[in-house]
Amino acid sequence: MATDTTPTGTLPEHAPRWKRLPVVHQLRTSVGLQRGMLVAGLVLTAVFVLTAVLAPLLAPYGWAQLRADGELFGSHVEPSSDHLLGTTVAGYDVLSRVIWGARTALYTIVIGVILSIVIGVTLGLLSGYFGGWLDRVLVVVADAIYAFPSLLLAILAAIVISGGQSSMWGGVMATAISITVVFIPQYFRVVRAEVVRVKGEAFVESARVVGAGHVRIMTRHVLRNAVRTLPLIVTLNACEAVLTLAGLGFLGFGIEPTAAGDWGYDLHKALADVTSGIWWTAIPPGVAIVLTALGVTLVGESLNDLADPRLRTRRRAALVAGEVGTTSVVPGGVLAAGPEGVDGLDALEGAPPEILPESEPVSGPEEDR
Amino acid sequence: MTTITTDETGTAPAPSATTPGRRRPGGGLGRYLLVRFLLIFPTILILVTTVFVMMRSTGDPITAALGGRLTPEQLAERIHEAGYDRPLIQQYLDYLGGILRGDFGTTISDNRPVTEVLLTYGTATLELAMYALLVAFVVGIPLGRLAAARRDRGVDATLRVSAVVAYATPVFFAGMLLKLVFSVWLGWLPVAGRASTGAEIQMQRKGSDTGIYLIDAISTGDGDVVVDVLQHAVLPAVALGLLTAGVFLRLVRTNVIGSLATGYVEAARSRGVPERRLLRKHAWRPALVPIITVIGLQIAMLLAGAVLTETTFEWKGLGFQLVQYLLARDYVAVQGMVALLAVIVALTNFVVDVIAALVDPRVRF
Repeated sequence: MATDTTPTGTLPEHAPRWKRLPVVHQLRTSVGLQRGMLVAGLVLTAVFVLTAVLAPLLAPYGWAQLRADGELFGSHVEPSSDHLLGTTVAGYDVLSRVIWGARTALYTIVIGVILSIVIGVTLGLLSGYFGGWLDRVLVVVADAIYAFPSLLLAILAAIVISGGQSSMWGGVMATAISITVVFIPQYFRVVRAEVVRVKGEAFVESARVVGAGHVRIMTRHVLRNAVRTLPLIVTLNACEAVLTLAGLGFLGFGIEPTAAGDWGYDLHKALADVTSGIWWTAIPPGVAIVLTALGVTLVGESLNDLADPRLRTRRRAALVAGEVGTTSVVPGGVLAAGPEGVDGLDALEGAPPEILPESEPVSGPEEDR
Repeated sequence: MTTITTDETGTAPAPSATTPGRRRPGGGLGRYLLVRFLLIFPTILILVTTVFVMMRSTGDPITAALGGRLTPEQLAERIHEAGYDRPLIQQYLDYLGGILRGDFGTTISDNRPVTEVLLTYGTATLELAMYALLVAFVVGIPLGRLAAARRDRGVDATLRVSAVVAYATPVFFAGMLLKLVFSVWLGWLPVAGRASTGAEIQMQRKGSDTGIYLIDAISTGDGDVVVDVLQHAVLPAVALGLLTAGVFLRLVRTNVIGSLATGYVEAARSRGVPERRLLRKHAWRPALVPIITVIGLQIAMLLAGAVLTETTFEWKGLGFQLVQYLLARDYVAVQGMVALLAVIVALTNFVVDVIAALVDPRVRF
């Protein structure tokens, strides 16, 4: 594992700043299939964001529009030139609702990710830096919540926040907050583990000797070195946000059709259509969910593979060898998941042994063989 | 660093404890199991408390369920009877006490103990989860191994992309697609439910009463009933199983590649052990250890997935029932079921950690 954690890393100082940005840098060092996956992911994500932003221009009708030129669209109209993807049972235009739905999904992702980062990173930083009983309690709490099926938490959050009957912001916030609850432990664990490691480094100690206060050490020295793993978790977080929003909608806790477009709600209504062979109400919103989740997951997956020297595609290995230190999004392993990398995130959902308050790190292979 | 299982989250408070070779007196497996066992209790307490706080912050469940249907006086009387007008802390302690006695409350809408609901519908969910795990094993593990063996070639690329697609597809959308193609368009398989009415009557009359339909069907001794039950299970099992299969595939692939790069595999390679044998004998078994952990974690995921799958296919299990209670605004039932599921998840994780520790000595500390 890369242990190079000096603030500057190993990239030459003269590299332009934009080339050192997380995703840009990985894009430049990737080859072959990995580059293909990363590019595909970035393209899908870009299409999704653009659709969300440009929804008013792209969508032929409003999300709750039932009539044009004084004439009703009609229920379950087959795809035609007026309605490229037909209409739903309630008489909404499917294509328009899919396009507007991107907006709702984007809101959810942005709010969910920002909330979890802010809270998770802050807690991880404080917990890892100060240690003590607070640290132990937080670790146990984080693991308990981590083990819980996120959809169930989301359902509870939806009831609490909106009473199950959602306005747009009610639905978005319910999902975003439940995503936050589920993801805080992940950010917490990653940041905390990094902080525990970084705070023992010489440069932190020297800062302390010079007389820097806790706040300054935490923000200037520790934090900046502890957040390099985050891009990876953000992508997982975003994917989970899309899927949870869809799941809530599918269970009937979606956003009311008059308030916003919601893919999950549309699928909820389409369930009955499928039985009678009507495909155009189910497939478009479903494909939209899959493509969005796929986009962010592909980006995350590629970042993870590029971070792990053993998984990186081997051709041209010599060329990138000098840059391993900085390509390692995951120094010390994602969530200390070891070679499992991003899969380790799945692997860690329970209360794995390493979080036992009394535990101590495995001291290395020599003890075991 | 070739530790395959998790390491160095750095929870250890004292760095000095990492000195190699140092063993605490009385350490080892027994101590690990004890600590791990004791950890169940705070975990359950935290989860159950979270559920309680969240549900109670919406107000009392009686108003939620019956508000509007009763006069305010009747409502107040019902609230008083059920004790929801007492101080919150007292309600909380009562609730915890009930859980200790195995009492998770009584549903408002049909007045049944939550534990009974769980016993009635739990078997259906268990059956579905087992089928799904079976699909995941049969599909995910061999393909993961194949992807690792053909690393960076076309097969590997295809498999990896499929795994990501499986991960990104919501289980209910997968279910709807399967339903559309195989039930509606092709007409090969039934649309929904666990068995056709005829088969259910047969099972009630002649079969056993385990609630696991496959067993009940076999006990009728009627081949048609068994086929009917299996036909109903195919689509839900595939929909739920493919998601997990994607997770298994990625995990097996990564782990096999990881263990192929370890020192002892390198040593075997330098002794002239053929590549196939390296994969089959040397790299394979250690790569499987993390799967044990993941299977346990999949239980949590399967439970969430089951809620969605059961709704898609009208599979009358816990998830289906939970949604019915949600729609009826029966929050006592919801709170009880979610709390009970939390307990199940905590216990499963304990069992999984114990198995992992027994299999892999490196997990113990």
